[in-house]
Amino acid sequence: MNIDALINGLPGAAAQGLIWGIVAIGIYITYKILDIADLTVDGSLGTGGAVCVMMMLAGYSNGMSLAAAFVIGMVTGLVTGLLNTVMGIPAILAGILTQLGLYSVNLKIMGSRANTPINPNNYDLLVSLRNVKNVPFYENAIFITAVITLVIVAILYLFFGTEFGCTLRATGGSEAMCRAQGVNVEFNKVVGLTISNGLVAFAGGLLAQYQGFADVNMGRGAIVIGLAAVVIGEAIFGRIFSNFALNLIAMSLGSIIYYLVLQVVIWRGLDPQLLKLLSAIIVAIFLAIPYFKGKYFNGVILARHSGSEKGDAENAGN
Amino acid sequence: MLEIKNISKTFNAGTINEKRALDNLSLKLDEGDFVTVIGGNGAGKSTMLNAVAGVWKPDLGQVFIGGVDVTKMPEHKRAKFLGRVFQDPMIGTAANMQIEENLAIAMRRGNRRTLKWFITKKERESYREKLAELGLGLEDRLKSKVGLLSGGQRQALTLLMASLKTPKLLLLDEHTAALDPKTAAKVLELTDKIVNENKLTTLMITHNMNDAIAYGNRLIMLSDGKLILDIKGEEKKHLTVESVLAKFYEVSGDSFADDSTLLG
Repeated sequence: MNIDALINGLPGAAAQGLIWGIVAIGIYITYKILDIADLTVDGSLGTGGAVCVMMMLAGYSNGMSLAAAFVIGMVTGLVTGLLNTVMGIPAILAGILTQLGLYSVNLKIMGSRANTPINPNNYDLLVSLRNVKNVPFYENAIFITAVITLVIVAILYLFFGTEFGCTLRATGGSEAMCRAQGVNVEFNKVVGLTISNGLVAFAGGLLAQYQGFADVNMGRGAIVIGLAAVVIGEAIFGRIFSNFALNLIAMSLGSIIYYLVLQVVIWRGLDPQLLKLLSAIIVAIFLAIPYFKGKYFNGVILARHSGSEKGDAENAGN
Repeated sequence: MLEIKNISKTFNAGTINEKRALDNLSLKLDEGDFVTVIGGNGAGKSTMLNAVAGVWKPDLGQVFIGGVDVTKMPEHKRAKFLGRVFQDPMIGTAANMQIEENLAIAMRRGNRRTLKWFITKKERESYREKLAELGLGLEDRLKSKVGLLSGGQRQALTLLMASLKTPKLLLLDEHTAALDPKTAAKVLELTDKIVNENKLTTLMITHNMNDAIAYGNRLIMLSDGKLILDIKGEEKKHLTVESVLAKFYEVSGDSFADDSTLLG
């Protein structure tokens, strides 16, 4: 129980938290804005990592490789979106299908290897776990990732404030309202899924650089870790932040807190093999809170269909 | 303004739950008509409205709005002609967004949504004025999330959104049914005001026969997916609940067995 061991580990946890914060922002777009639980991310994170590492190994620049990860990630989101809207597959299942398919794709991208290392000595990596302390601030992974996060937040803030972006936010609020106001809900969902997975794959590229390898399993459980960041961010900052940009930053902060807490838990001697179980339990508890709140503290749940006169046949048409 | 030509719709065709919701129904609305629609459970009221709104395509027949054949037009494209208010006060507005954002989305109904940053100052002023006309104090809460409003306020806001960009046709699907009686009366009054001021052609489904008689210039009744009563002009002005029931008996040879239509 050496406190120095903990303090030594904190910068790394913060850097990792920031990278996963970008994943959390992507998940916020689908889970909170579009009201879709998109499981594609478990696959697209690895896709981003694989694409980025393979491109760099092939001699492409850092920026090109990350941009490619972003674009390929968008394609994975597009696939899920089309499965959902054009082929009528429920969103959760559509995401699972894409994710499963991506496992093979990711293996093939990496030339049939499950793990592809990239040596920080030979390649100019943007972020690396070597650079979290005792380096000039402009080389520090924490600083660089924080700047990237702010840029992403700024771009998303501008986008979601446009005429079109605003209808994306409305899509998760009420599809009926959107349709009535002439919004193409299906198109919006596809766009949202596309952007979200682009961001997640971009974060996958950063993560692969940071840890020094891409791994076919690196995305396993990404949705849960991202959701953990989202629920923690909302729980702590939801009441303070009302601005959209601040909400996005809250996701990043939620992710950092999550990783710092993990660091403490490991330091206290928790078996690291139990981490995923712990994450799952944390997310389950946080997701259950609003439900129990509504059930036991607000008295009556809103009777949404009181006074309904619609026949069953008519409801079937809705 | 609206013409429904011989539309039929059967749900769950070929199964034990087969239900013929619309049966060769035709209806023509003139410009400025304010038509109230009554009928028992499963009479086809909502089904008719959904056919006009494009929620699904009818099995047979055609729908024209302002002379345009919209039968095959998808719901979101058809929306440029229509203002719609739903029965559920929670779904006509987006709860997670501000009042002014909801209005701005409604203001652009039928337009291409661009990547222009909105909302302009001038726009905001006009929203403030329109909200003030509702008399609910919402004009000072442009930045409030809609989720904080009551059901009645949300329904009034939905009504404003439906008429913000003047629609060719206003569709009201029992939009006061989920509200308490006092709020329902207020929203109905507001509806009448908005319809009259903008001279909107309107189809209003209601489960309340008194309202159906008090409002509008024309009353229609559906039963088993067919139009069985169509009362307009002078005759509409002198209707009473008893006379409507008598007429219903006359056409169908059956008594009107739906208590909820008489209550309230």
